[in-house]
Amino acid sequence: MAFQIIEGCVSCWACEPLCPSGAIVAATPHFQIDAKQCTECEGDFAEPQCASICPVEGVILDGLGVPVNPPGSLTGIPPERMAAAMAEIQAR
Amino acid sequence: MALKVLSQEEGVSVGGCVASGCGSSADRLAHLPEAIRAKVNNHPCFSEDAHHHYARMHVAVAPACNIQCHYCNRKYDCSNESRPGVVSEVLTPDQAVKKVMAVAAAIPQMTVLGIAGPGDPLANPARTLETFRQLSEKAPDIKLCVSTNGLALPSVVDELCQHNIEHVTITINCVDPDVGAKIYPWIFWNNRRIKGRRAAEILIEQQQKGLEMLVARGVLVKVNSVLIPGVNDEHLQEVSRVVKAKGAFLHNVMPLIAESGHGTFYGIMGQRGPTTEELQSLQDSCAGDMAMMRHCRQCRADAVGMLGEDRGHEFTLDKIEHLDIDYAEAMTRRAEVHAAIEANRAAQHQRTGEVFVSLASLKRKVPAKPESRPVLMAVATTGGGVINQHFGHAREFLIYEAAGLDVRFIGVRKVDLYCSGDATCGDAETALQKTLRALDGCEVVLCSKIGYEPWGQLEAAGIAPNGEHALEPIEEAIAAVYRELAESGRLEQPGVEQQRMSA
Repeated sequence: MAFQIIEGCVSCWACEPLCPSGAIVAATPHFQIDAKQCTECEGDFAEPQCASICPVEGVILDGLGVPVNPPGSLTGIPPERMAAAMAEIQAR
Repeated sequence: MALKVLSQEEGVSVGGCVASGCGSSADRLAHLPEAIRAKVNNHPCFSEDAHHHYARMHVAVAPACNIQCHYCNRKYDCSNESRPGVVSEVLTPDQAVKKVMAVAAAIPQMTVLGIAGPGDPLANPARTLETFRQLSEKAPDIKLCVSTNGLALPSVVDELCQHNIEHVTITINCVDPDVGAKIYPWIFWNNRRIKGRRAAEILIEQQQKGLEMLVARGVLVKVNSVLIPGVNDEHLQEVSRVVKAKGAFLHNVMPLIAESGHGTFYGIMGQRGPTTEELQSLQDSCAGDMAMMRHCRQCRADAVGMLGEDRGHEFTLDKIEHLDIDYAEAMTRRAEVHAAIEANRAAQHQRTGEVFVSLASLKRKVPAKPESRPVLMAVATTGGGVINQHFGHAREFLIYEAAGLDVRFIGVRKVDLYCSGDATCGDAETALQKTLRALDGCEVVLCSKIGYEPWGQLEAAGIAPNGEHALEPIEEAIAAVYRELAESGRLEQPGVEQQRMSA
């Protein structure tokens, strides 16, 4: 099984030096994970490193194609609370 | 310069900066030991006076970041925007060293090299430290500094000190995790992503620890804070007190930049930035506790040149690749240029000092008279500490407040706020309208020359254009104009602000 980086990646480099398998490639238009090398960090870390530092929601998929960081997981605001949070912030 | 330093302790002035700004010899930094003042004397970001004369550059070798700030978008490649975290090309340490030497040879007044991103320099320790290592060897006449969010600071403090880093800037937006949770959604710590209040708690802990470790090692620490209305505005006074107590020597409160087009969380969510009044008022209230920096231009992580200017496009990789730089020769020329700048500064301070002593001592002799009302004046300058820019060419203005006792530097206002993009940005304001908006609240604008049309519009807006002090030292000219206003009875009439409030 291997992780995958998809469109939306901003090529910020944060994941690249963390990968214990050297599986991340600084490709264009965005970074890629070499599926042959990715181990999903098993045996090295409790949590997959690339997905733990990636700043963009939805751009890293796990072996089943599911986003590791789904919408709302990084902003801390789930989609259903978005409108309320926005109103609160705009009242500042 | 013989001007007495005003300070809160003496109960004289409300403001923090006094004549000659935040950084020159006889100002808010005067309480510092001579050794420290010598360290900042030619550092444009640590000394307000130095920024008129010396240039800086940033090299973008540090792309990765270990935290998320709500005011930052990690997609940093934009050539039109000028704000922290934005760069055009990420460099390897070797490329960065080459670029620094090319700039040092071409712009001899460049005294400072900083690594400021576009991510967090200390989250890229190998790249950052390698750049410093090479530079401390190859370009010993350049001051090296670094700015960081502080998370990784304690772990690299000792290595930083090995590379002769004398200046470090830590961005500290809060000392309370409840406030921090509204600014930082997560951090990457010990190989895990940590969210919410706990993330802010760890970040604050590491920032404070890093600050203490740097101070203990004799490194000068400046603290940057982003003023976010409704989030940390009231809290920043506490931040100022805490960091001063721990030995930070300068506090730089910057306005939040939040526009939806920047793609930041705050921009998208509609969080507003502070008004110039809110920013100034907070800076003034923190000033009682510590020296405040007010000349920050919030520059890009690859900026090159004097503060407020960016000559990065002259030194792109393709342009410097084939250069062969004789650094020994460049160093000789740099030393000559620095000596000339210092001679010029000394001459200016002497002249300025005389003017202020007479003005201030006059005032002290008549304490019974109520203090005459302060006046904001804007100055167009390209550097050198003198009024030397055509009104129409000014992309920013230095704002000073003249009052009975002193002239103090208040801050910088940019005409094209943060973006110099084209018409597609949707901003249909003319250049003159933008300038008038930037000058809001000012009663005088001093420049070397000014055209007929803007002259009329400025007057209509209640701002007196003044081109009579071209090439004169800024503060001396402002004091002279203030005296003219006083003598003509203009100070007995309400200023623009008061008129507006009573209207």
